[in-house]
Amino acid sequence: MLAQASAETLARFQFAFTMSFHIIFPAFTIGLASFLAVLEGLWLVRRDDAYLRLFDYWKSIFAITFGMGVVSGVVMSYQFGTNWAGFADKAGPVVGPLMGYEVLTAFFLEAGFLGIMLFGRKRVGPGLHFFATIMVAVGTLISATWIISTNSWMQTPAGYAIAENGQYVPANWWAIIFNPSFPYRLVHMVFAAYLTTAFMVGAVGAYHLLASPSDRQARIMVSMAMWMATIVTPLQILAGDQHGLNTLEYQPAKIAAIEGHYETEKPAGLILFGIPDDSAEVTRYAMTIPILGSLILTHSLDGEVRGLKDFPKDARPNALIPFFTFRIMVGLGLLMLAIGIWSLVQRLRHRLFTDRWLHRAVLVMGPAGFIAVLAGWYTTETGRQPFTVYGLLKTADSLSPISAPAVGASLLAFIVVYFIVFGAGVFYMLRLMRRRPEAGEEELDVGPTRAAGITPALQMAQTGDDHGA
Amino acid sequence: MELDLATIWAGLIAFAVLAYVVLDGFDLGIGIMFPLFPDKADRDVMTNSIAPVWDGNETWLVLGGGALMAAFPLAYAVVFPALYIPLILMLLGLVFRGVAFEFRFRTNRGRFLWDWGFWLGSTIAALMQGIALGALVQGIRITGRSYSGGWWDWLTPFSILTGIAVVIGYCLLGATWLNLRTHGELQARARRIALASGIGTLALIGVVSLATPFVNPVYFARWFAFPTAIFSVIVPVLVFACAYALWFGLAHDRHLQPFLAALGLFVLSFLGLGISFYPYIVPGTLTIEAAAAPDSSLAFLLVGAAVLIPIILIYTGFAYWVFRGRMDPREGYH
Repeated sequence: MLAQASAETLARFQFAFTMSFHIIFPAFTIGLASFLAVLEGLWLVRRDDAYLRLFDYWKSIFAITFGMGVVSGVVMSYQFGTNWAGFADKAGPVVGPLMGYEVLTAFFLEAGFLGIMLFGRKRVGPGLHFFATIMVAVGTLISATWIISTNSWMQTPAGYAIAENGQYVPANWWAIIFNPSFPYRLVHMVFAAYLTTAFMVGAVGAYHLLASPSDRQARIMVSMAMWMATIVTPLQILAGDQHGLNTLEYQPAKIAAIEGHYETEKPAGLILFGIPDDSAEVTRYAMTIPILGSLILTHSLDGEVRGLKDFPKDARPNALIPFFTFRIMVGLGLLMLAIGIWSLVQRLRHRLFTDRWLHRAVLVMGPAGFIAVLAGWYTTETGRQPFTVYGLLKTADSLSPISAPAVGASLLAFIVVYFIVFGAGVFYMLRLMRRRPEAGEEELDVGPTRAAGITPALQMAQTGDDHGA
Repeated sequence: MELDLATIWAGLIAFAVLAYVVLDGFDLGIGIMFPLFPDKADRDVMTNSIAPVWDGNETWLVLGGGALMAAFPLAYAVVFPALYIPLILMLLGLVFRGVAFEFRFRTNRGRFLWDWGFWLGSTIAALMQGIALGALVQGIRITGRSYSGGWWDWLTPFSILTGIAVVIGYCLLGATWLNLRTHGELQARARRIALASGIGTLALIGVVSLATPFVNPVYFARWFAFPTAIFSVIVPVLVFACAYALWFGLAHDRHLQPFLAALGLFVLSFLGLGISFYPYIVPGTLTIEAAAAPDSSLAFLLVGAAVLIPIILIYTGFAYWVFRGRMDPREGYH
């Protein structure tokens, strides 16, 4: 497969591969950093050591995730130059400063205070330590803001002019940063990060509740996670709907691909399932509900919805990928909503900590957020094709002058290294999650993540808590 | 020298790269020296001494890359494809060493693997940075607005020489850092390594400096013509001063002085490069002016940089201050 593929295909695959690995970590660290700040705040206010134990428990997991996010992120910031020089040259004057601001306002902030947050409680005292935790959390959110603004500009470019040398140059920074799809995408992504984390924390809590139903820390985890699921999932669905309307306005071809519509219809049905076939320009085996498409997309009973045939063939995205990834994302969102409602009902009946079927369901839903985040990004990124900057710069014109063997070789290297490194990282994380926060009380005070006293490795050897790699 | 936005940005990027080289230099150096410290307790102290700060150090590399894309998108678009292989290998090396900080504390049985990864990743990253530098010094072929050279243009005896020089130089930085932060047998060994790598660094600085004017005639004119020739006299004198301070500090059991002297050697070498490069960003083919983004881009980011970089320096300095002092192997906060 690799041997015959073009440099463009390989470079796209390499970007998709490295980006897919990367996005998983920030999606988790954005939520986890806020969660840690809340836990530490609760501990400082209530002086209940359960919160401190939870803080230390999740801090070790955060440290691993953050490290993997950093190293996979450095790769991204250099890949624009190595593989996408055409894009970097043309769009650099606009997207470069946005990413520059991300480094200056977010990356340094996170890195500067991360050391204190992970290793420095004994050295700076609780007040300053809490401040450091908040700075890390704020840093993750600032970072999300800039990078989402950058991505949104590539989806819905605004505020630019085209220079004589072919570069897109900034004309109005306000319009660039607050481009039409930015607010929707930012809200959608931050909610997604919070839900991803909530379902992970909930799954860990549920896992420990199933084994030891009276575990106090596990109860706190499940309770906090389910509040998040109950409150944020409906908000996320609302945000997603608004985001969809925005996409319909600015990127109608993407919506047509997501919906599997080739013909323009008025009123339009909603295709629940089917298999879009781009060459025949028809969605096969379509299961359609009449009128519902118009209702969702135009919020009216007879609104017109444009089909892919309305767009020139060389400006259409492939329909197959966004059609399916979108349905995976929405399906997971509806399952999350169901969990949110189910947990609320059980909470009101005082059965939140005793309904074992709920705990099993929450455990199974642990990775749901990650899958939904990936599916959502695949939808929006493949739906933007065949452009990198929508309507302006074709993907084919964004490529570096590189040959297929070079890209193919580096792609293989990335695949091998990422699976080894991040596979090991996920393994270590799962092993930390399997540990009970309660049982590890003493252990946590001296800390695998080094609150004081002793190095984790030394301590691990003492407690015999080693399961090998 | 005209002080316009593009020149200011060239200076700022040079500062970011220098900050990266000296800061990540000493923590990459720790990794390069790993095989010389086979004892697990020593390795724990070594990684613990940089664990709270390495992430911030590496952020300067991201700033260098990001700011280059923002301020000189054309340079970013021609240099990175030209250095494709060394940059990819550097990134993969940084991946391995970055995760090793956490992973080596998460397993007993697999620790030796992550220790290997830490050494190999650090060494490859340093080697590739040096090779990339050498390749850039040699010059890059450009046609129109894109790179037009081959895939292996970067690989020459000169670039291998600069690659080795950077590995040995980082080793010196790491050894003087350990001399500053540790004590006992570990410190004594670090001092011996500092002495050896110091001699190696100076020798390589000499060889690279002598070779440079001959790989590209641009440098020859710059080094031997007035007024820049003044620097050609001053810089070597200062290099000798740093070399003496390094030797004296190591011989007389000073702790901070050798580290500062090693930093001084890097700053001076970097200054020498800066003199050679200006006004080019890609020597001989692309000037700072020609590669610059429009003023609207440069001004927008400069406002932020002017306010934020001092703040960043303050809280980064604070983080170093929090973790100051000598490492206690029994305390070890990883």
